[in-house]
Amino acid sequence: MITHALEAVDLVKTYPAGRKKPPLRALDGLTVSVPEGVVLGLLGPNGAGKSTTVKILTTLSRADSGTARVAGYDVVAQQDQVRRSIGYVPQKTSSDPMATGLENLVLSGRIFGLSRQDAVRRAGELLERFGLADHGSRAVKTYSGGMQRKLDVALGLVHRPRVLFLDEPTTGLDPEARADLWNEVIRLSGQEGLTVLLTTHYLEEADRLAGQLAIVDHGKIVAEGTPEALKSALRGDSVQVELVDADLDGSVRTLLQQLPGIGEIVVEGNTLRARVDRGATAVPAVLGALEDKAIPVVAVTVSRPSLDDVYLQHTGRSFKVAEEAA
Amino acid sequence: MSTHTALVFGRWTRASYRQPALIAFTLIQPAIWLLLFGQLFQGVVRIPGFGDSSYIAFLTPGIVMMTALMTSGWSGTSFIQDMERGVMDRLLASPVSRGGLMAGQLLSNATTTLIQTILVFAIGFAAGARYDGGVGGYLVTIVASMLVGTAFGSLSNAVALLTRQQEALIGISQFVSLPLTFMSSIMIDPSVAPHWVNVAARYNPVDWATIAARQSLAADPDWSSVWRHGAYLLAFTLIVGWLSTRAFRTYQRSV
Repeated sequence: MITHALEAVDLVKTYPAGRKKPPLRALDGLTVSVPEGVVLGLLGPNGAGKSTTVKILTTLSRADSGTARVAGYDVVAQQDQVRRSIGYVPQKTSSDPMATGLENLVLSGRIFGLSRQDAVRRAGELLERFGLADHGSRAVKTYSGGMQRKLDVALGLVHRPRVLFLDEPTTGLDPEARADLWNEVIRLSGQEGLTVLLTTHYLEEADRLAGQLAIVDHGKIVAEGTPEALKSALRGDSVQVELVDADLDGSVRTLLQQLPGIGEIVVEGNTLRARVDRGATAVPAVLGALEDKAIPVVAVTVSRPSLDDVYLQHTGRSFKVAEEAA
Repeated sequence: MSTHTALVFGRWTRASYRQPALIAFTLIQPAIWLLLFGQLFQGVVRIPGFGDSSYIAFLTPGIVMMTALMTSGWSGTSFIQDMERGVMDRLLASPVSRGGLMAGQLLSNATTTLIQTILVFAIGFAAGARYDGGVGGYLVTIVASMLVGTAFGSLSNAVALLTRQQEALIGISQFVSLPLTFMSSIMIDPSVAPHWVNVAARYNPVDWATIAARQSLAADPDWSSVWRHGAYLLAFTLIVGWLSTRAFRTYQRSV
């Protein structure tokens, strides 16, 4: 039997209406579970309900209905035990800018009940491990964004939690700092049986870091599995046709739909996207049909299934469009 | 809770120790009041019924309380900065005691008030304020100012947790502190103030502190009045301190 480090069942959360905004149903029956020692990536656009889920699981917020257990404890009835078992790295950087890196870590350790001596030793270990040892006695406000983010993760690990929550750990970082932090997260996973719940709106990040993936859309999980399983569940390849003019009357769509071996077509602006059995045979057929009708084309691309295709498959829109809408 | 209070106190005290200029900055206003206003209105003591013989001696304990009130109105700013970053969320998802989170910050705020009170006394002394009462009078004034600072500091923290906006916090704190300053005996002896001001002042915690301080500094203090007003002030401080700790729940309900 698999033991779950984290289990949420049917979470519902509605934020009340505010001035000029209607009530918002952030979670609409979200159910998710994470086996011990696994990195679960919660993938979805902004506003899909990822942060709300994390806030409920970390006891910061409370669900209207549904239940959740973290490290075996109920997040409502056993708040204190949950808080002692988790590390939480919020979306916004969570260190005190006026204090030094060392002071931040020691304070956090002592809040979790470490003695001064133990807290200092643990802080030293973490500064070393995250490559911040030379900066431990400098005020955090002088740190770069990447260094602050590493310190945030270190702050979440001071008390050796069983479950670590990383809420959009690399948002706003430059590519180099992002790759650096990815390596840290990869090193974390598999160590000391640590379970990680990571939220992200970067497909690439989810692909790189997560052993298990759950795609969130409109407050629900719409697909779950390993990134590989999700991709291989999609049959065939993906063909993308970029037109010069948008297909306003749907005639191009109708034309292509009649071709053999073409699956469902999704239209977004000037772009048509379709799943096909075999890219190599579908592309000449598509180009031929377009040429017959003298429809001008900017580009035709064919690709192996990506997470974006998985996303498209389960939500009916591409990740980019979902992001722009959010 | 006491360990957490000490840890949180340490954090904020260290932060203010690193910005000593901020304390100096908050003393500009009381210095102007004492030196300028004190000079300008030195003649008011000649109005029949005005108890004191020196206006600067009368004014100084009032300005002590006003400074404690005004500075503590900003107290919630530290919470807002924590909320703007993820510090508040990280702490609230940790086993830190909510009472400790509030009490530690308020104790640090009270330490600032302590230093300010001593400095305001020093400015008053330089301007000629002398008191017949002994050390006890100074001690009562210091404790009363720390209670004013703690009470209004916790109100400021509560407003910060409820509004989560710096602009709203400053607006509300100005809106509250001005009437509390003027509907009191800070500037003027109650005997020469309009009746309605005296009625309002009876329910004004800042005035309780001012009365306790002024009485205890006098040559022949009415100690029963000092203790009575001190007790009101202590009760008020404990009640708002408890209420503001409950504001963490309201904050968490809306995150």
